[in-house]
Amino acid sequence: MFLNLLPVLLLMLALVSIVLFLIPNETLIKYMGKSSGIEGWLIAAFLGSIALIPGFIAYPLCSVLIKSGVGYTTIAVFITTLMMVGIITLPVEAKFFGWKTSIVRNALSFFAALFIGFLMMIFL
Amino acid sequence: MNLLKKYIFPILFLAFVGLSYAFDFASGKQIGLNFWMFFKEMILFLPLMFILIGLFDVWVPREKIEKHIGRESGWKGTGLVILLATLQAGPLYGAFPFAYILWKKGCSIRNIFIYLGAFATIKIPMLTFEIGFLGLKFSLLRTLITLPVFIIIGYIMEWYLKDKNFEVKQP
Repeated sequence: MFLNLLPVLLLMLALVSIVLFLIPNETLIKYMGKSSGIEGWLIAAFLGSIALIPGFIAYPLCSVLIKSGVGYTTIAVFITTLMMVGIITLPVEAKFFGWKTSIVRNALSFFAALFIGFLMMIFL
Repeated sequence: MNLLKKYIFPILFLAFVGLSYAFDFASGKQIGLNFWMFFKEMILFLPLMFILIGLFDVWVPREKIEKHIGRESGWKGTGLVILLATLQAGPLYGAFPFAYILWKKGCSIRNIFIYLGAFATIKIPMLTFEIGFLGLKFSLLRTLITLPVFIIIGYIMEWYLKDKNFEVKQP
């Protein structure tokens, strides 16, 4: 299983490294900091879906984002998509679940993240 | 030849990083460093995951899985997969092989997707991190709100896949 998975895993890691280079933290701060409300959530959800950042880097990054003016609800949307939606990991996911199911799961999770943002707004 | 074809993209990528170092191309070097960081994470974590999967495969009998987190397992089963997921660690793509073994042993569709959701969003080791950086109130609230949301996703996926001959494949 591992050897069959290795080429697609390496490809995924290569893509992740390129995305991380193309979207550095400054870019995240710039786009998420400027917009708020629904627009901010959509941007956060979009960025979170493309990026794949390990938790031990993501949380410090989020606290930087908050200090630069990004709202808590936007952060909740960003974290949720970051962890649950993976556009770059789709090829790996599809190897297990098939393309259609993987796309449905990711799409559902994307909307779930926006919904979570909405609920956070009510409770915070 | 077949092997070369399979690894053509990783090889091209490594050649690109190698050339970047040879010609001192800063952007390429940065991408190479990023790759190394993710690669280290994968190499540290995936073998553990595969050992865990191997042990699980040998030690946990199918009847147990079917009974506790299978199709007729109800809320207790949901609770069990969530507990199982939150005690693990690592990136989401590491959960896919484990989802496969759960499926093979008779875990229900709903619980497979609840497992993935819990694995992605609520990990006890990561929660301490989250509390440290984002505060207790935010972390607790996010966890409590996220929990029912991905349980609902599990139900939706089960409903969506019920007549589709869904299976988790071994890559």
